[in-house]
Amino acid sequence: MSPHDSKENPAETFSLGSFEFRSRLIVGSGKYESFEQNLACIEAAGAEMVTVALRRVDFDAPKGQGLLDVISPERFQILPNTAGCYTASEAITTAKLGRELLGTDLVKLEVIGDERTLFPDVAATLEAAKVLLDDGFTVLPYITDDPVACQRLAAMGCAAVMPLAAPIGSGMGIRNPANLRIILETVEVPVIVDAGVGTASDAAVAMELGATALLMNTALAHAKNPVAMARAMRLAVEAGRTAYLAGRMPRRLYAQASSPTDGLANL
Amino acid sequence: MKPSLSNSDSPVEITVNGEPRAIPAECTVQNLLDLLGMEGRRVAVARNRDIVPRSEYAAEEIRGGDHVEILEAVGGG
Repeated sequence: MSPHDSKENPAETFSLGSFEFRSRLIVGSGKYESFEQNLACIEAAGAEMVTVALRRVDFDAPKGQGLLDVISPERFQILPNTAGCYTASEAITTAKLGRELLGTDLVKLEVIGDERTLFPDVAATLEAAKVLLDDGFTVLPYITDDPVACQRLAAMGCAAVMPLAAPIGSGMGIRNPANLRIILETVEVPVIVDAGVGTASDAAVAMELGATALLMNTALAHAKNPVAMARAMRLAVEAGRTAYLAGRMPRRLYAQASSPTDGLANL
Repeated sequence: MKPSLSNSDSPVEITVNGEPRAIPAECTVQNLLDLLGMEGRRVAVARNRDIVPRSEYAAEEIRGGDHVEILEAVGGG
């Protein structure tokens, strides 16, 4: 029995600033058919933290249940994002509104640089991160899989870095595992792979590389059966994490027999 | 008749979430939220891009020409 087996080591946790988590699967709340389906996925994923966006109240919409009435901040850590912001200034104001709304210093900082790819604006992300860190935020920046950008954000004091595996909502999987490995080897803070995961094997690969956690949304919301995929992702994250801790065997180009070569009968 | 500037009953024009809106003069953020039926809703408010803390809703006055943003949490990744 390995002491690193998560089943035998249920206390294995990770920290983001002063926040501690057991689940390594963070999920979004966008693109679901209903709040109830979203909640069922969060439960199936075993997630403790859920991202939300901030948008204008529609005063003409019929008054019904809101997202937070179903996905309760008393039950889950809500992580407000700054999605849709294209400048540092917009992201900073949005982060402050999120803090006011949800009473949390945690923020998923997103400053988008390009509409088509939704790749981050690295310079603006660094600029916004500096201001938010000075203001006491626990900053989790969404960023390109650029080791230098990740190192800079970590050195500034971000509680984690969140490199993308592929464009948001693309489901392309881990497109640059080599960069992720370099980030994992050179950054001291938790590395949360955010965006691009399409199916369970992608999640397992990211965790086997040594990612601290994964953040995903569309892979669940746009699966044919979102709740079943949420469960698959939970298992994949656990399997990937456990395999990472177990340590994989070395790769060999040639075969190495599993059965003894001694004692073979003369037939 | 008093000049409109000193008449506290004459409405003033502001912008709320990008739409023009007439509100009573001497309207606080709390008054505006009540007018809009936001009672009990979890919202965050910015006035002219400055965040208005919840503790200041009752004291913060809105003036003519102000741009007010009232936001809520929605699904996002």
